[in-house]
Amino acid sequence: MKSAVIVFPGSNCDRDLAVAIEQVTGRAPAMVWHRETELPDGTDFIALPGGFSYGDYLRSGAMAARSPIMRAVADAAGRGVPLLGVCNGFQVLTETGLLPGALMRNAGLNFVCRPVPLKVENSQSLFTSQYDAGEDIVIPVAHHDGNFQADAETLDRLEGEGRVAFRYLDEVNGSARGIAGILNDSGNVLGMMPHPERALEKAHGNTDGRRLFEGLLETVAA
Amino acid sequence: MKARVFVTLKPGVLDPQGKAIHHALEGLGFSGVEDVRAGKLIELSLADGTPDADIEEMCRKLLANTVIENFRIERLETAA
Repeated sequence: MKSAVIVFPGSNCDRDLAVAIEQVTGRAPAMVWHRETELPDGTDFIALPGGFSYGDYLRSGAMAARSPIMRAVADAAGRGVPLLGVCNGFQVLTETGLLPGALMRNAGLNFVCRPVPLKVENSQSLFTSQYDAGEDIVIPVAHHDGNFQADAETLDRLEGEGRVAFRYLDEVNGSARGIAGILNDSGNVLGMMPHPERALEKAHGNTDGRRLFEGLLETVAA
Repeated sequence: MKARVFVTLKPGVLDPQGKAIHHALEGLGFSGVEDVRAGKLIELSLADGTPDADIEEMCRKLLANTVIENFRIERLETAA
């Protein structure tokens, strides 16, 4: 599997994500700087990392969403290349319009940084096929702007089409309907606030994030 | 010329920041504050004759996230 991790000024989980991808797929991803205009040939998985791209100026993810590389990323996603956005990466995906809704300041206004229990709502997607439907897992979150909001019609559509991938089991940040991660309509773009790359090895405390990368590898390699 | 862009949360969109400011005002003893909504003011210095349509496009493409925010443009014409 040929992966690419996009690096924005202010990204800080790009290395964690690269380590996770290399551990699971056996191949280090290309690290692609935001000023690039093309992805390496044959890229078959793209990841947008967590962090504070452009210092969260204007809105979290707003500036990164308009950076040169994002045109190539959107084109690739349009062709069906799997695209994962974690935390700030999720914010970038909503800002580009690749995913609906917006991620607003946490309802409690505090930065939330702890492992949180999640329910796997969709175990059929190319990211979640290694989980059981309705399974409870634990993945860490670390964010200030993770409060997912969309209008009722959009929320109903996400639920109805099975596009809610993960849901918080506890109150974390005020997200509408406890939504922690969503898929696009064709299922190849996943945005999620929890960090699967931080739950990959025993030393992390749990390995519930590992199966996301394993599922992806299996789908892409198939 | 200059233009000011006011970016505000759409009605009905939860504003945790506004709520916190509201509580702080009450804590300071100001009674009668019914609601607080926080937004942004962005000042643009523009080439003379920049059309309204361009400023609106700037708002739609970057300055406001129209999923959750409204914007209002105020042009401040400089003396000719």
